[in-house]
Amino acid sequence: MTHFIDRRLNPKGKSLGNRQRFLRRARAQIREAVQKSLKDSAVADLAKERKIKISTKGTKEPRFRLDPRAAGERDFVLPGNKEFSSGDEINKPRSGEDGGRGKQASDGYDGEDDFEFTMTQDEVLDIFFEDLALPNLVRTTLKETPAKTWKRAGITTAGSPNQINLLRTMRHAQGRRIALRRPSLKDIEKLEEQLEAAEREEPQAPDKIAALKEQLAKANARRKWVGFIDPVDVRFNAFTEQPVPTSQAVMFCLMDVSGSMGEREKDLAKRFYMLLHLFLKRRYEKVDVVFIRHTHDAQEVDEQEFFYSRQSGGTIVSTALDKMLEIQKARYATADWNIYAAQASDGYTQTGDARHCVELLNDQIMPLCQYYAYIEILDEREMEVFASEDSGAELWRAYRTVAEEWDNFATKRIARPSDIFPVFHELFRKAEG
Amino acid sequence: MTKLLFDGSEWDFKTLDRAYAAIEEIALNDLGLDVYPNQIEIISSEQMLDAYSSLAMPLMYNHWSFGKLFAREETLYRAGYSALAYEIVINSNPCISYLLEENTMTMQALVMAHAAFGHNHFFKNNYLFRQWTNAEGILDYLSFAKRYVAACEERHGRDEVEAVLDAAHALMDQGVFRYRRPPRPSKERVIEKRRKRMEYEAEAYSELWRTLPAGIEPPTAPPTRDPDEEFGVEDRLPEENVLYFLEKNSPNLKPWQRETLRIVRNLAQYFYPQRQLKVMNEGCATFVHYTIMNKLYERGMIGEGSLLEFLHSHTSVVFQPAFDDKRYYGINPYALGFAIMEDIKRICDEPTAEDREWFPAIAGSGDAMAALKEAWANYRDESFIEQYLSPKVMRDMRLFALFDRADDPTYRVNAIHDERGYRAVRSALARQYDTSADPNIQVAGADLKGDRTLVLEHHMHRGIPLNNATKEQVLAHVELLWGHDVRLEEVAD
Repeated sequence: MTHFIDRRLNPKGKSLGNRQRFLRRARAQIREAVQKSLKDSAVADLAKERKIKISTKGTKEPRFRLDPRAAGERDFVLPGNKEFSSGDEINKPRSGEDGGRGKQASDGYDGEDDFEFTMTQDEVLDIFFEDLALPNLVRTTLKETPAKTWKRAGITTAGSPNQINLLRTMRHAQGRRIALRRPSLKDIEKLEEQLEAAEREEPQAPDKIAALKEQLAKANARRKWVGFIDPVDVRFNAFTEQPVPTSQAVMFCLMDVSGSMGEREKDLAKRFYMLLHLFLKRRYEKVDVVFIRHTHDAQEVDEQEFFYSRQSGGTIVSTALDKMLEIQKARYATADWNIYAAQASDGYTQTGDARHCVELLNDQIMPLCQYYAYIEILDEREMEVFASEDSGAELWRAYRTVAEEWDNFATKRIARPSDIFPVFHELFRKAEG
Repeated sequence: MTKLLFDGSEWDFKTLDRAYAAIEEIALNDLGLDVYPNQIEIISSEQMLDAYSSLAMPLMYNHWSFGKLFAREETLYRAGYSALAYEIVINSNPCISYLLEENTMTMQALVMAHAAFGHNHFFKNNYLFRQWTNAEGILDYLSFAKRYVAACEERHGRDEVEAVLDAAHALMDQGVFRYRRPPRPSKERVIEKRRKRMEYEAEAYSELWRTLPAGIEPPTAPPTRDPDEEFGVEDRLPEENVLYFLEKNSPNLKPWQRETLRIVRNLAQYFYPQRQLKVMNEGCATFVHYTIMNKLYERGMIGEGSLLEFLHSHTSVVFQPAFDDKRYYGINPYALGFAIMEDIKRICDEPTAEDREWFPAIAGSGDAMAALKEAWANYRDESFIEQYLSPKVMRDMRLFALFDRADDPTYRVNAIHDERGYRAVRSALARQYDTSADPNIQVAGADLKGDRTLVLEHHMHRGIPLNNATKEQVLAHVELLWGHDVRLEEVAD
């Protein structure tokens, strides 16, 4: 019969084109929502599916609707009468608490409100990258799934001919031949010899010759149907796909949390950390994140506190570097860990401390680190003042000297999200190469 | 020896075949249904979501609003707020039904009875579908529409196409002919036109032209005017189909934009009967699946477990919460349609004195199927309710009619399910399903020689005006299509 068609294997996701059109249409709202959601989420959670709630503004589909509440009169019928008889008066529900009245009563209104939907990891990243103005090549590098490699995974009975495991195959074949008593070539030769001898020496005993002949025929037949090698003997090497084993990395996030770092500065810093984390996540199987905040004194804190609590006090940057070294020595031996550091600051530090920082970096930290990125967060006005790389506050000038010495030390002043990426330029260039 | 068609909830194609054959047997021989050939397709839940978001059609042009619908449905579904429909059925020939792979075997049987026979019979026989929709051509047309819109996007850019589609969608409810088909020049007129033209050519023929040296063309005849065009636009007003009017008369649209409007308009026209037949369509399908599943049980072809499973899902489909219930969301068309149709059956088979008074034509006739088929073929929701809603159904559903005037602080109960109220309740409910209660918007004037202002009129029904906020938004869309000022006037009745 031809009644039934199995469509389950047909491609799904037919509405993908529509979804892209919708995302494009609601771009502005979605972008706002994604940014808000990024603000509230952990550094390590960037690359995940997330629920986005947007208002339907901009994606409204208006139609002409009647508004019976404004004027005019009408009759309508409801089910489930319990106590009314004709002539009764019923109070109208106030607008807003429309629930029980259902559709009839709310016909004239646009019942659409905010709505929530899930965005995939790629879609979220796209918007994140767009803000950061990442070059396309880098985007694809970051979105790539981690590299896979083939690993041995035992033996199977099915596979491609080039993967035949000869040793196993022959062993199985031998076992089967023994079990099914396949006459060997030697046995046959022996029988033939006996037959020959019998025919030569005892031509008068036809019984014996016949018996030997029969024996020989049987042995030959048996050889034929118990094959030397049979499909059931064949074994193949099996391989499975496994992620490339990569080592682990630790990422130190250092931030000045003194009063001069406001909401905006922290948000920029957060994106900077997110981007580095995303990068590390792609290269290393395990990424630890250590948050160190400092004023005139440094502490290791959890993420919540790192971004949201405030401390008063002076600013001594070198305390954070000391803390980092201390933690690194205690928990992250260079033999096992790749060390990355990302520091964000508004560029102020106690007079004289900058030199100390340079010493620490040059002598102790940089030899340990794979990469050290420093951003100085300015507002737009300061950005214009410090147009040149050479001018700047004490810490900036000091870090410039470190950068000259070390290739894997990057510094950048930023005022907008799109300024962040160039800090990592070197890092990503290596990744591509 | 068991006659059971299936046992347990797993299904496979062999079982489906067996069940289909048994259901077909009952549907065609016992119920005497008349259906398009069936094509039943099994799809996965993702594909069901896909189908949802393209207006339940297997093909559809691309537009962001479908993506929005999909995102919303998907979120609701994944969060477990809403279950997926068990089935989608398309009014086409052959009639395509989609079954969800996750259904149990009992549900597959129910859904086949419901969609492949109930809806299918209704599609093939109801007069509105017969007159207005072209079941043979719809899929081809959709595939043309999809390709056409895609080609336009490629040539003119997504934004351009999107703007036209947005505007057309906003006018979709005003894009249907409610009472007539689009005017088409009649055959006689076309022939007449051709004859006149030949006459003119014959009259104007002159041997002299043949003597011209090669390369000089004789003057061609001035084009004869289409008799239609001898009247101005004004003479063809008012026009209820706003999309049609814009497609034909908008001064600024390019040909591809007109064609796009036409696509949306045709789609609106295709769906228009479905809007007028919700109660009957679902009622018919529900009645058919209910009857068939019970017959299967009577004949020992499904077990008690299946019967209970079927009854459970059937009762939730026809559940009607009371108006003050949290779950109340309007009158459930499945519940209303099924209740009326079951009652028609009862009236035919076991009428009471009341029924004989109300329905003298069918009471006690003993042939329920004939009465039902007659109703399915020749009525739409409004007339069906006006004709067949019986006092018993009104009592069972405890229907009551309210009168609402915008200025009053209260509703007045006009009539309830009692001797004095039956007729009033019935008429009020029937009105509710009359699509002429939609906003009645007409093109009243287009000043093509002056400043080109387009005048739309809303003919109010009992003084109910349009919602202001949405009105402004829709008018912005109309202005885009018209290219000049658009004014909308409320006209009192």
